[in-house]
Amino acid sequence: MPDQILFYLLGGLAVVASVLVIGQRNPIHSVLLLIASFAGLSGLYVLLQAPFVAVIQIIIYAGAIMVLFLFVVMLLNVGREDTDVDEQSPVFVHRVSMRVGALLAGLLVVELVWALASAGTLGGVFGPMSQAPPAVTSVRTIGHALFTDYAFAFEVTSILILVAMVGAVVLARREAK
Amino acid sequence: MVPLSQYLILSAILFVIGTLGVFVRRNLITILLSIEIMLNAVNLTFVAAGRAFGAVDGQIIVFFVMTVAAAEAAVGLAIVIALFRHRESLDPDAFTSLKW
Repeated sequence: MPDQILFYLLGGLAVVASVLVIGQRNPIHSVLLLIASFAGLSGLYVLLQAPFVAVIQIIIYAGAIMVLFLFVVMLLNVGREDTDVDEQSPVFVHRVSMRVGALLAGLLVVELVWALASAGTLGGVFGPMSQAPPAVTSVRTIGHALFTDYAFAFEVTSILILVAMVGAVVLARREAK
Repeated sequence: MVPLSQYLILSAILFVIGTLGVFVRRNLITILLSIEIMLNAVNLTFVAAGRAFGAVDGQIIVFFVMTVAAAEAAVGLAIVIALFRHRESLDPDAFTSLKW
């Protein structure tokens, strides 16, 4: 049962923080709340006996990606959204096109919950995890799989990062007049 | 142990929050943050499924998703900076023309 309570606490933290990320006007608050959401997810990964993922979640997401976001928010120095419509209305009340989008998102949640609920009655892997196979917790096992079975994907990733780095530098560079 | 279905439902909720953010918000930075929420929802699915099947692949794919997310954030934010320089705005509706 302590597992279940922890799950609800951490899941609730992740969901509430994510909703507040969407509901904030100030981008800096959004970024900081997203870090809280990632902390909740990191706790869930520990609960799932995946400590490696939990640690890289904190180091890479909260430590690197979110700092990049924070840096850009401060660089652009935009305190609030600058359109007239946004200033006057609450965050979730908007033009018709956005209502259609919100409706589509609502339909998506209905569909996903329905699909999962109907799969849940099937039992099997969706049943209680007490009969699940032992978890892979060792970083050694993960590293072994990463450098043997997934060696090609790993190398391609390095090219991806190089391309992203060059792309970011080229895009953000000030054009010489 | 918490059943897999509960993790999948939590992941679905997070994914929908991210989708809602992309649709509803009119701020490029918040839209990029919503994309990060969606990527994290998918990560949770991978880890939970990997745990349920006792497989290492779930955690390895999360590793790759995080790498792609980092690359996406770097390029996306560079585009945001370039756009902001041209229009002094973060509203996506301000960038409707391909050339100016």
